[in-house]
Amino acid sequence: MRTGTSAGRQARLRPGPLAAALLLLAAALAAGLLTGAAGLPVTGVLKALVGAVPFVHLDSGLSPVQQNVLFELRLPRVLTGALVGGMLAVAGAGYQGVFRNPLADPYLLGAAAGAGVGATLVIVFGPGDPLYGVPLAAFAGAIGGVLLAYALGNVAGRGGGSGAATLVLAGVAVSSFLASVQTLLQQLRIQELQRIYAWILGGVGSADWRQLAMVAPYALVSTLVLLTHGRLLDVLAVGDEEAAALGLSAARVRFAVLLAASLATACAVAVSGLIGFVGIVVPHVVRRLAGGSYRVVLPLSLLGGAAFLVLADLAARTVVSPGELPLGVVTAFVGGPFFVVVLRATRRQVEP
Amino acid sequence: MTVEVRGLDVALDGRPVLRGVSLSVPAGSWTAVIGPNGAGKSTLLRAVLGLRRGDGAISVAGADLRSLKPRERARLVAYAPQSPNLPAGMTVFDYTLLGRSPYIPHLGREGSADRAVVRDVLARLDLTGFAARPLDHLSGGERQRVVLARALAQQTPVLLLDEPTTALDIGHQQQVMELIDALRLADGLTVVTTIHDLTLAGQYADALVLLAGGRVAAAGTPAEVLTRDTVAEHFEATVSVTPGPGGRPVLSLERP
Repeated sequence: MRTGTSAGRQARLRPGPLAAALLLLAAALAAGLLTGAAGLPVTGVLKALVGAVPFVHLDSGLSPVQQNVLFELRLPRVLTGALVGGMLAVAGAGYQGVFRNPLADPYLLGAAAGAGVGATLVIVFGPGDPLYGVPLAAFAGAIGGVLLAYALGNVAGRGGGSGAATLVLAGVAVSSFLASVQTLLQQLRIQELQRIYAWILGGVGSADWRQLAMVAPYALVSTLVLLTHGRLLDVLAVGDEEAAALGLSAARVRFAVLLAASLATACAVAVSGLIGFVGIVVPHVVRRLAGGSYRVVLPLSLLGGAAFLVLADLAARTVVSPGELPLGVVTAFVGGPFFVVVLRATRRQVEP
Repeated sequence: MTVEVRGLDVALDGRPVLRGVSLSVPAGSWTAVIGPNGAGKSTLLRAVLGLRRGDGAISVAGADLRSLKPRERARLVAYAPQSPNLPAGMTVFDYTLLGRSPYIPHLGREGSADRAVVRDVLARLDLTGFAARPLDHLSGGERQRVVLARALAQQTPVLLLDEPTTALDIGHQQQVMELIDALRLADGLTVVTTIHDLTLAGQYADALVLLAGGRVAAAGTPAEVLTRDTVAEHFEATVSVTPGPGGRPVLSLERP
């Protein structure tokens, strides 16, 4: 017998919020594709997009140059923005679940500093055309940084103590170590400072199909792993010891989620440089609007993060048009004040 | 199911906490572990759960607990910690549903049978009206019942409860203890609790195990263990012991 409608309702992703998030993402993608310096006609763009679907033939009325702008510049840029935003947000949600701390972010374990060292190495010492060298090196650097932190955390945590706390400390140590390595590299070639700096600020302006294809498989795998771990992260919310009493190995869940989230972060960092705040801000908004269960937070962060970054990039390339603001500046500009609001709100929750 | 512990030694950071602890809890009975602060009561429960490594034999119904996989163990023994983590914002229903974890495939999800178990448990503990309530909006007594609900949702034959009545007023202490006893009798559960209040332990438990300095100092029926001399020796307290209802001892403090 069912007792009431609200009793017995389990936290899970409901159609309403999912539809809203999908709609938001669709609107953001459309806005991103329809807006730009080339001033493409709206109907032409829509017709061309429909015409690009296999087996559909539709004359868009766009000139070859306009076609090129749409399919070689705007579409990859918008899709890259969506991928980066989605990856950073879902990775942030994963990190927050593993560390049971809503302020954890995807760069916590040295992914950013590792990617920074990788990218800087290629810019400083690489051969003439580092077009794909930088993303590759950033990807490898991000993974390397996290693995280093994980190894250090395991060695340091062997004597006992909380696994997660030791891991965070190891991440802090690895991050500052790698940051100092990067500073050293920069000092060796001060004339490359501008390029390094531009990479650190982040952006999706140089997006193209090859970069997108390069990271897409990893993004897909990490997304699948993260989305299937929602229930386990909810169990982990009661702590390692109680999770163990419920038959769950906290270490195993933590490892799988951290690996997937770090892979997602590496994908984002490889194609966009360092973009802050998305990983914290988006999961927070989702939590406030749709609830704290990770079965809800993970998928909605993926969609919301994608929409957020597409819109942020839209702002980055239109606000000071024809110039561009660095994307990392735009997200931080929105994220900074928001962060303060979140901090105030969570403090009020803790001390009612 | 019978819980057997034989010659259990546990050390934390090289410091021995339990030394040669043995106890036997017959199926369907209630054993209370008592002892002064720091005697190793909580460590004993954690060791039985496999959360603390140690030497010695621990078996439930003849099966060696340590040879079982964590999920299998979690279907035999449920545990309610002394200070549980109650994730803010999680509802009573979802929290109780966590107790179904040992039955759900690693990457799987709960089925309608799991939700039915949870609804049933909540109804038995008078928590149906609280199902949609977040954990951070509960009183101390309600919280204790919700933690018990999660343990019951595990549907294990053995319950380990670490200080189930801490921080409860005398009325709620009685309510929780009566509840545990009723559930035990109805489902034939084997219950092991640690407990501070000696009179309360004596009123409800079939057997008491007194831990002191990591060793079993006394074990037996409440009347055998709770004597003026034992309490004076191990708790350094002066009490008078009078036989209460059913011959169970009632302790009252005396000023020295």
